[in-house]
Amino acid sequence: MKKKVDAVIIGAGPAGMAAAVSLRENGIKNILLVDREPVAGGILQQCIHNGFGVHHFKEELTGPEYAERYIDQINKNKIDLWLDSCVIDIEKNQDDTKTVVVLSKERGINYINTKAVVLAMGCRERNRGNINIPGSRPAGIMTAGTAQKLVNIYGYLPGKEVVILGSGDIGLIMARRMTWEGANVKAVIELQSYPGGLNRNIVQCLNDFDIPLYLSHTISNISGNDRIEEVEVSPLDENFEAIKSKSFNLKCDTLLLSVGLIPENELSIKIGVKLDPVTRGAYVDKNLMTIVPGIFSCGNVLQVHDLVDFVSEEAKICGASVAKYINNKLEKSKEIPLQKRNLVRYVLPSKVEIGKPALLSLRPMHPAKNMTLTVKTNSSVELFKRKYKNIFPSIMLRINIDVVPEDTEFVEIKFEKE
Amino acid sequence: MIDKYDVIIIGAGVIGAAIARELSRYHLSVAVLEKEIDVSFGVSKANSGIIHGGFHAPPDTLKGKLVVPGNRKFDRLCEELDFPFERNGELMVAFSEDEISTLQFYYDRGKKNNVPYLEIIGKERLLELEPNLNPDVECALYAPSAGVICPYEYCFALIENAKQNGVNVITGEKVIELKKNAGIFEIKTEKNNKYSALYIVNAAGLFADEIARMVGITNFKIVPRKGEEYLLDRRVGKLVKRVIFPCPTKKSKGMLIIPTVDGPVMVGPTALDIEDKVDFSTTRDGLKTVFNHAQKLVPSIRSTDAITSFVGLRPAATSNYSIISKFFSIIKSFTGTKPEYIDGDFIIGRTTVSGFINAAGIQSPGLTASPIIAEHISDALLKDGLKLEKNPAFNPIRKRKVKHLRSILDEKNFSEVEKLVKENKKYSNLVCRCENVTEAEIVAAIKMGHTTLDGIKFATRAGTGRCQAGFCTTRILDLIHQETGIPVEQITKKGPGSEIVLTPLRKGRDG
Ligand SMILES: Cc1cc2nc3c(=O)[nH]c(=O)nc-3n(C[C@H](O)[C@H](O)[C@H](O)COP(=O)(O)OP(=O)(O)OC[C@H]3O[C@@H](n4cnc5c(N)ncnc54)[C@H](O)[C@@H]3O)c2cc1C
Ligand SMILES: Cc1cc2nc3c(=O)[nH]c(=O)nc-3n(C[C@H](O)[C@H](O)[C@H](O)COP(=O)(O)OP(=O)(O)OC[C@H]3O[C@@H](n4cnc5c(N)ncnc54)[C@H](O)[C@@H]3O)c2cc1C
Repeated sequence: MKKKVDAVIIGAGPAGMAAAVSLRENGIKNILLVDREPVAGGILQQCIHNGFGVHHFKEELTGPEYAERYIDQINKNKIDLWLDSCVIDIEKNQDDTKTVVVLSKERGINYINTKAVVLAMGCRERNRGNINIPGSRPAGIMTAGTAQKLVNIYGYLPGKEVVILGSGDIGLIMARRMTWEGANVKAVIELQSYPGGLNRNIVQCLNDFDIPLYLSHTISNISGNDRIEEVEVSPLDENFEAIKSKSFNLKCDTLLLSVGLIPENELSIKIGVKLDPVTRGAYVDKNLMTIVPGIFSCGNVLQVHDLVDFVSEEAKICGASVAKYINNKLEKSKEIPLQKRNLVRYVLPSKVEIGKPALLSLRPMHPAKNMTLTVKTNSSVELFKRKYKNIFPSIMLRINIDVVPEDTEFVEIKFEKE
Repeated sequence: MIDKYDVIIIGAGVIGAAIARELSRYHLSVAVLEKEIDVSFGVSKANSGIIHGGFHAPPDTLKGKLVVPGNRKFDRLCEELDFPFERNGELMVAFSEDEISTLQFYYDRGKKNNVPYLEIIGKERLLELEPNLNPDVECALYAPSAGVICPYEYCFALIENAKQNGVNVITGEKVIELKKNAGIFEIKTEKNNKYSALYIVNAAGLFADEIARMVGITNFKIVPRKGEEYLLDRRVGKLVKRVIFPCPTKKSKGMLIIPTVDGPVMVGPTALDIEDKVDFSTTRDGLKTVFNHAQKLVPSIRSTDAITSFVGLRPAATSNYSIISKFFSIIKSFTGTKPEYIDGDFIIGRTTVSGFINAAGIQSPGLTASPIIAEHISDALLKDGLKLEKNPAFNPIRKRKVKHLRSILDEKNFSEVEKLVKENKKYSNLVCRCENVTEAEIVAAIKMGHTTLDGIKFATRAGTGRCQAGFCTTRILDLIHQETGIPVEQITKKGPGSEIVLTPLRKGRDG
């Protein structure tokens, strides 16, 4: 089937849904939202714990409840939503429009001609192959997210004696979830010297259940032929090499991996979008447009967010820019580079606009105490300054900087010890 | 009740499968007994998938003699059996004067083995053929007749065709006892089932020595040689068109760069002699070795592009007395110390026990030689007195039940996709999103009897991509359950003991 629209939004997670609603609010009617899952909501549907929406809705919701709020708005606005529909290709056309190829369970193969595309595909989890854990390849090893889906959506417990590698939030939440379902979570093992997830999750998911967290440790071997039987845990030296002489073994029937998320940008790469090697999300300008005109990106596919509230906020801004683009009103003013320095792992967007204020997202390289974050121009005009008692890589900072003065050549962002 | 057959083949790897298909040309009752839950779950699932040109093995070995005739059979086999095969050629590259003389040595060896169109090519042409190679290369030995196949699909195709022609293939049936009684072989399996046959073909891969020992043959031992391989993300693209070998050293054949027939590039394998026949573990050292070597050949290869790894064990045979006696110390009547077979060579054919035929020690280039090994085995059976009467109804053609959506998408042949979806709606339901595998393909695999996650992975590639089954596991569990009625908690990765989930928490779905 062939179809012509103004915008295709790929992914109906919180990012895609908020972008679609925002497009509608900005007067763009002819849009199509597609998701390969049978329900909208993205990763939220399997996050049945509380803690979503504190900023955005000023109340604590579960993942599905948060999703429901947006699904209601999608329905109310009669936004065309195709489920069980996967985007398999995007192509550029001569006239600058794009063709999005969608394979849909109900509708077969479809070619959607569109002026703009919003990339909102979210993330996938890093898996064993990505981190190359040595050892055998038995059953019982899976990502924490797969386990979450099995437990929360399918109603099956993957195992009873559990070790978790990685202290990302999904891993921590699954430690608690598996314990509640009667499993014995023996340990959470973390490569870094600090936890990967939010502090509140360390307290509520590990400490409350006396689950030990081994920092600066890794799993150096996996054994078991049919099903996993044991993991070897080793402390790490300063070069992140396992100290085998100090290793110990933990018996288990399940190993969950919570070792990071990778933005799902394979489609984006195919159409020429350039990625930041640090975030593995697209390089975008302040309108959240990628280097390919007409292709925008928001949500976890752009940068891994820890709070869904910020996803919705980012997607809303994205939707507004896309609307301008469609109406040929996206003014292209002078942009200058935003350079990260000391301790800033990444900052987004990578450019700021002369004569405008800007909203920046960033993360530090590692935890630190009593740091001051400053944003200055090359002629030392201060655009932002704030003191932080503690900074963590697990907590994304969102800051508003002042208007960038005329004649600035570049802007610098850095942390400094007080 | 005892099931009686003319011939029982023990082992359903590529060798047992090729023999089964070969014997199905004749009026015979044939069974294949396989201990694993599916076929091709032994050595044949974890290898490099190369149909070798044939310049590696010495001409006075069976390996050297059978590799080229085996290679030649693949065009016809591929036509008849419809498995992925591409003659893309192989290159052995040299970086130094020393290595250039090594190339010359292998050129001469290849000529003796009758490798067709073999030539040594210079730097310029080499870099033209393979622009991503390390620019420091000097020249290469080029065998355009080499190719790549998908090894399990080849094995599945052989088995399906053998079944079509009357062979009985029984999986999950481990032979634990084999005796010859009044001219008839009697088999007992772990499940306590009994079978009898006039002839036995021993194609038990890593365990062929143990099968042989059951009938008193103790003149060889299988020593596993471990090989680790790493698969790169499809996104990396085809870094090379041909299989790239380094010059072998005394210690090793070296790490290869393999453009698999399915698309992604694979690097490996390592080579390490081990004792444990079920040691399928990868190691940190293996990873480092593989990537260090691979980067020397193609500098842009990165270990961070690896999406998964696996281990294959080469069933290397030895008849070295000191090794054998270490393992079979209880055997008193060991005759002589002179090895009967060349160390590391195939052990094919008749034995001191009439009616017991070996197809053992089939390490590389076993995949390549498999079709010709099968012919040698039927000859050996004939010589041992089996009547081979052609079955006029033999049908050599096996067609893949369903097309792979991925290959059609790769060619951007969207009208073909439209046609497929029209014929079978299940083609529009994507189950594995990394490798673009649809419900149609999964259901067809389940209907062919692949009811484990690994079986479906080998049959369809679902779960082999970058997310490593994070996305499709639950969907495939659903489909297996739907099609077979097996309760989800009993579905396994690769047979009993490898269940995916342990306990249902509650009945049905609760969102
Ligand atoms: C386990 C876990 C716990 C969390 N806990 C909290 C919390 O307590 N509080 C909080 O505020 N935040 C939390 N978050 C973060 C928040 O849920 C995410 O940041 C947010 O869901 C990201 O939204 P998204 O729309 O970008 O991506 P996703 O939710 O991942 O949605 C992406 C969608 O795109 C679809 N898609 C991808 N590719 C295609 C394609 N080619 N074609 C069609 N569709 C496609 C996918 O099916 C998916 O539905 C948590 C996240 C996780 C994973
Ligand atoms: C790392 C590696 C790379 C390789 N690369 C290549 C290559 O590129 N090209 C090439 O030509 N060759 C290659 N080879 C060699 C090739 O893979 C083998 O020669 C071939 O797969 C051997 O097949 P098989 O049928 O003898 O063994 P298997 O596939 O192991 O089959 C034997 C079967 O017997 C079954 N069995 C064992 N004991 C019993 C029992 N008691 N009862 C019932 N069943 C039993 C096993 O479960 C198994 O399925 C490679 C090998 C390795 C390890």
